Amino acid sequence: MADEVVVLSAWPSMIGMRVKIALAEKGVKYEYKEEDLANKSPLLLKMNPVHKKIPVLIHNGKPVCESLIIVQYIDEVWKEKNPLLPSDPYERAQARFWADYVDKKIYDAGRKVWSTKGEEQEVAKKEFIDCLKVLEGALGDKPYFGGEKFGFVDVSLIPFYSWFYAYETSGNFSIEAECPKFVAWANRCMERESVSKSLPDPHRVYDFVSRQKKKLGIE
Amino acid sequence: MVKSDLELIGLRPSPYVNRVQYALNLKSIDYEFLEEKFGSKTDLLLQSNPIHKKVPVLIHAGKPICESLIILQYIDETWTSATPILPSDPYDCAIARFWAAYIDDKWYPSLKDVRMAQEEEAKVAAIERVVEGLALLEEAFAKCSKGKSFFSGDSIGYLDIAFGCFLGWLRATEKIADLKLLDKAKTPGLVGWAERFCSNDAVKDVMPKTDMLVEIAMILRAMSKAPTPK
Repeated sequence: MADEVVVLSAWPSMIGMRVKIALAEKGVKYEYKEEDLANKSPLLLKMNPVHKKIPVLIHNGKPVCESLIIVQYIDEVWKEKNPLLPSDPYERAQARFWADYVDKKIYDAGRKVWSTKGEEQEVAKKEFIDCLKVLEGALGDKPYFGGEKFGFVDVSLIPFYSWFYAYETSGNFSIEAECPKFVAWANRCMERESVSKSLPDPHRVYDFVSRQKKKLGIE
Repeated sequence: MVKSDLELIGLRPSPYVNRVQYALNLKSIDYEFLEEKFGSKTDLLLQSNPIHKKVPVLIHAGKPICESLIILQYIDETWTSATPILPSDPYDCAIARFWAAYIDDKWYPSLKDVRMAQEEEAKVAAIERVVEGLALLEEAFAKCSKGKSFFSGDSIGYLDIAFGCFLGWLRATEKIADLKLLDKAKTPGLVGWAERFCSNDAVKDVMPKTDMLVEIAMILRAMSKAPTPK
């Protein structure tokens, strides 16, 4: 019996992109349902009653919520192909630590860059770059955070790259100038089909951010 | 006891540190507890957890592991012959991780808000959030335990530890705010589970006494009221 896999997400969501990348890495076919976050579907509200948020993975009718939990679930169910977490427990702990760091820091830092102006924005830009530099440190000389292979931390982080153009344009700065190693890593990830097919066009993201800014009355 | 080259950097009243202690005790793993002091951080802590500078940190053969839930998974994946902490089924695992994340991101912060609130309105709102959360967790307990003693079934597991570590603080908050949060009428499943969890051998000598936590809460509350020095 074939697996029935459904993904509820919203196209600009970086954390939703994580799920798409993970499923693509595993070669899993799924049905994608786009959510309008201003008008959430009854299915979303039923599948994630606690948080009412995307992404949600529905596997044979059973919902899994929270993007990093979903990615681990995908890795555990479809374990034969392209394992995302390493097998060594210490390396696994390191991977979970850095993915957790991305969750704790990058989303909010990035959000502040596009949604603020003036002095507040300057502080936000510095904070954002500082976080990327910490991640550059963790990456070191490795091609991927996982080492030789694309893995869990790479999946968790690469979606934010689709928002870089929006951050740079909003903040009038070049992320590549500050963090060339980071951008080199990102470009390496973008060579993978699972990534390039799962990330939206950065210009489309920029248009979306512009609309959000108008709605929030920024600029 | 299983011999190991393990050190745990922690503070005894910290529920996050207690999580690690429960897991190590469940697996009968020997370790050295390196106690931090309130208000100052040792060089070892700052070196072992330079990013967050927080406890707990588990140091195994010289290598540090940070973040309590990540440490639990590390312990489970390293000492595999003893009682498993995480469920073997990926879906059950996802559910356990989901509720642990909910407890850390939403429920416990609300509980903290109850005892730290300076105004009555904020306190009432926080109490409501805590009670709503307990109703969700009561439902989760029924689904996960399937009639058995713990979220994980017959023995204590990941979600039991992730949630159970806050029972001391729950009781302290009930005392400070003079109310009942875990209620036999509303959350009978959780009341029974809490009793079983707290009396378990792996837990009972580690869980801080309620009175000590009440004292600490008072100090923390006073500190947060104090005007910021210019």
